[in-house]
Amino acid sequence: MADLTSNFVGIKSPNPFWLASAPPTDKKYNVERAFEAGWGGVVWKTLGEAGPPVVNVNGPRYGAIWGADRRLAGLNNIELITDRDLEINLQEMKEVKQNWPDRALVASLMVPCEEEPWKRILDRVLETGCDGVELNFGCPHGMSERGMGAAVGQVPEYIQMVVEWCKKHSNLPVITKLTPNITDVRYPARAAKNGGTDAVSLINTINSIVSIDLDQMAPIPTIDGKGTHGGYCGPAVKPIALNMVGEIARDKETAGLPISGIGGITTWRDAAEYIALGCGNVQVCTAAMTYGFKIVQEMIEGLSNYMDEKGYKSIEDFRGMAVPNVTDWQYLNLNYVTKAKINQDLCISCGRCHIACEDTSHQAITNMVDGVRKFEVIDEECVGCNLCVNVCPVDNCITMEEMTAGSDPRTQKPIDREYANWTTHPNNPMAAVEPAE
Amino acid sequence: MATSNASIDIKAGRLSPDQYSKNFEDIHAPLTRHEAIVEADRCYFCYDAPCMTACPTSIDIPMFIREIATGNPNGSAKTIFEQNIMGGMCARVCPTETLCEEVCVRETAEGKPVKIGLLQRYATDHYMADIGSQPFERAASTGKKIAIVGAGPAGLSCAHRSAMHGHDVTVFEAREKAGGLNEFGIAAYKSTDDFAAAEVDFITSIGGIEIKYGTALGKDVLLEDLIETYDAVFIGAGLPYVNDLSIDGDDADNCIDAVKYIAELRQSDDLSKLPVGRDVVVIGGGMTAIDIATQIKLLGAENVTICYRRSADAMGASAYEQEVAQTNGVTIRHWLQPKALHVDGNMVNAIELEYTSGTNGSLSGTGETITLKADQVFKAIGQTPDDTPFTKTGIELVKGRIGVDENRKTSHAKVWAGGDCVAGGEDLTVASVEDGKIAAEHIHKTLMG
Ligand SMILES: Cc1cc2nc3c(=O)[nH]c(=O)nc-3n(C[C@H](O)[C@H](O)[C@H](O)COP(=O)(O)OP(=O)(O)OC[C@H]3O[C@@H](n4cnc5c(N)ncnc54)[C@H](O)[C@@H]3O)c2cc1C
Ligand SMILES: Cc1cc2nc3c(=O)[nH]c(=O)nc-3n(C[C@H](O)[C@H](O)[C@H](O)COP(=O)(O)O)c2cc1C
Ligand code: SF4
Ligand code: SF4
Ligand code: SF4
Repeated sequence: MADLTSNFVGIKSPNPFWLASAPPTDKKYNVERAFEAGWGGVVWKTLGEAGPPVVNVNGPRYGAIWGADRRLAGLNNIELITDRDLEINLQEMKEVKQNWPDRALVASLMVPCEEEPWKRILDRVLETGCDGVELNFGCPHGMSERGMGAAVGQVPEYIQMVVEWCKKHSNLPVITKLTPNITDVRYPARAAKNGGTDAVSLINTINSIVSIDLDQMAPIPTIDGKGTHGGYCGPAVKPIALNMVGEIARDKETAGLPISGIGGITTWRDAAEYIALGCGNVQVCTAAMTYGFKIVQEMIEGLSNYMDEKGYKSIEDFRGMAVPNVTDWQYLNLNYVTKAKINQDLCISCGRCHIACEDTSHQAITNMVDGVRKFEVIDEECVGCNLCVNVCPVDNCITMEEMTAGSDPRTQKPIDREYANWTTHPNNPMAAVEPAE
Repeated sequence: MATSNASIDIKAGRLSPDQYSKNFEDIHAPLTRHEAIVEADRCYFCYDAPCMTACPTSIDIPMFIREIATGNPNGSAKTIFEQNIMGGMCARVCPTETLCEEVCVRETAEGKPVKIGLLQRYATDHYMADIGSQPFERAASTGKKIAIVGAGPAGLSCAHRSAMHGHDVTVFEAREKAGGLNEFGIAAYKSTDDFAAAEVDFITSIGGIEIKYGTALGKDVLLEDLIETYDAVFIGAGLPYVNDLSIDGDDADNCIDAVKYIAELRQSDDLSKLPVGRDVVVIGGGMTAIDIATQIKLLGAENVTICYRRSADAMGASAYEQEVAQTNGVTIRHWLQPKALHVDGNMVNAIELEYTSGTNGSLSGTGETITLKADQVFKAIGQTPDDTPFTKTGIELVKGRIGVDENRKTSHAKVWAGGDCVAGGEDLTVASVEDGKIAAEHIHKTLMG
């Protein structure tokens, strides 16, 4: 059995699956249920300053987009940080940590951008016995208008400054949670690193209007006729989050900085992908909010099974293995030629590959062969783009096959097995004589 | 077997009142909104969709299903009505298992086709409940007059399309009610809540269609006169007669024409008044045989046996239709043909059948027989045309049915025909609708040049 235990910046947990700071971690009741179900750790719902807590709207706070059969694909929310009293939260955190000493408990924090409030809150959370703090620089709505959350996360200098305060006033590991609502995620990551953060976690939610109510003519969720942008999460954001994680993992300045991966993680496979891109652990919110806490059991079983199959004994064995293979477009091998191939035994003749290629791509799939409805790839036309693979409803029915000999029927060029990229391509006006990198 | 009339058991009211309504409710409950959306999501929006090719009226199935999925059921219904103004009835009666659903790629993929028929019903029901009248506008009046014989699926389809093109339509209908077999023939559990009549109102709501009831061609009006008075004539008179068993006793009181009995059933407002035998034998292998057997069983008959002279595969009724009968408790026996009716007075009390064998179409009796007790015998061995109204005009007939070309045009320059009365048809509601539509288009083209 693979060893799933995790040690993330000194914070130990029986598995790398944490619940992200959000409604599932807003109180003792939920968190204890999560631990009973098997979650390795939680980042408590973000705490604010002492005093009267923030208030949430009393109308709807979520919007969503769905795939077939109303499967939740993306969730959008306009919730703020915890609306419960700080003292109650701190008391409950302390109790939970006492009851569940083997699980990770991290305090998420968001206070005004001044040194004193940060020092105060850090002192308070220390009392709970928590294992670390996460700085919430990500919340894209409600708090950012008050100079917190994403408002800080969008200014690298502020990030560095706050992280420095936190390192100065606390010995707890500091995880800096980044907002995706910026142009280049490497800048806030570098700033956090320069401030001395122990790790970054990403992504927080993405600015979004999930849809417009066409009767009320207002964004959804609609509160008394008005709506506002919210934060987007769930399966739909995973590709965006993965790219950001990859950017940080392969940036020379931040390479090696521990990353807690967040965004759309729904299955063991999603988690494994984040780990392959360098994440030391993962955090989950929407999947738990959609299906309940039990999903972690599938994640644990699935990851463990995968690792056994591959012979990985621990998370560290495969962590970051995909990072060296994330490169820039210009370094992709232009001599690598593939052709789509349709498995006629699996084909159900829906014609989608044909019409996709015919209408919008390269006219490389037949719909009729000798007067019979039949879908075959025309190698002379196929550019190998794999659009057809992605629109085919049958898994593995169309595959991309590499050409290793002969010549490409489309270009008539002989297959060259030597690596050659754009940097040396004759069509590139800036071509170097020797391939770069 | 010695049987006498004393033992003939025919009774009305074999069931309790709520059993009747339960037995004759919708054979397939309509989809709820939730079910429709889940099912619509299963459709792949195929290119050159096989289902569409299989539909005799070429409904754009992927499009109408997508319209359901995107929350536009009324638009979906319009897509259906554009090709098939009787989309509502077809959704109920089409043997989808041998048409669109048979070739659905999800049938190929996992043996579970998209429920096209039920989705079609969802959209058309939604439209008819929500909007009510048919969605098309009439073109400017052409001043042309078209006579249509028969207000069945073929006639009504032709009437609607012709009215749409701006022609004035007069329909001559022998009966006092329109709808043809939709009203008088289709099994009661396929067309509940008087749907056939509602659909006639829906279709004729386009305007420009006058139906003259109780006006039979050949009796109240002559084809020669119609040809004279109108710019074009369409015949959709169906098949008024049924085949006899051609054995003695065929005319006994309880040796019954299945189509006629079903018509009575369909028009009855109190099913407990219909006479139902205890032991019932049905002769035939088509949809009519299945329908009479199933319905007589649902009316409370104890033992119902369909006897068909060939194999299960050779039956006109699809495997699915056979299953419907069987799950309702009907026994289907193959390789049996009627040999003699045991008649006492004017009542049959048993039927003797001979075993048959045959290959490649040839069929012969083996000489061996069995006798089944029968309180009622139903004849469901095919309907036949009435060619008398046409003979005088010299229209070409093929085995008594009207010969037509691909435009549903007869040998007469002013006469078109479609539905069950033409040769080479499929004897389906949907095929009759298509005939009417094609004929109307060709009439329009011919009249307008
Ligand atoms: C018992 C039974 C069950 C069936 N079940 C199904 C089913 O489930 N699904 C399916 O697709 N098909 C079914 N069919 C077949 C389907 O009903 C017919 O194919 C279809 O109704 C034919 O339409 P039509 O317009 O040609 O004829 P009809 O529906 O027969 O209509 C003909 C019309 O013409 C009128 N008429 C006849 N003679 C004259 C005259 N001389 N002058 C004026 N009017 C006249 C009739 O009164 C009638 O209104 C069934 C048929 C039967 C008998
Ligand atoms: C309703 C809701 C409230 C959230 N509140 C917080 C919060 O208080 N603090 C925080 O750091 N992130 C918050 N998040 C963001 C999540 O922690 C997480 O970063 C994001 O949802 C992406 O992960 P997912 O795709 O697994 O949901 C919230 C998310 C949701 C859906
Ligand atoms: S890979 Fe692209 S070009 Fe080739 S057949 Fe598929 S869709 Fe067409
Ligand atoms: S998309 Fe797939 S299943 Fe559909 S026709 Fe193409 S290869 Fe066959
Ligand atoms: S064949 Fe099936 S999946 Fe394809 S368009 Fe028709 S109903 Fe949809």
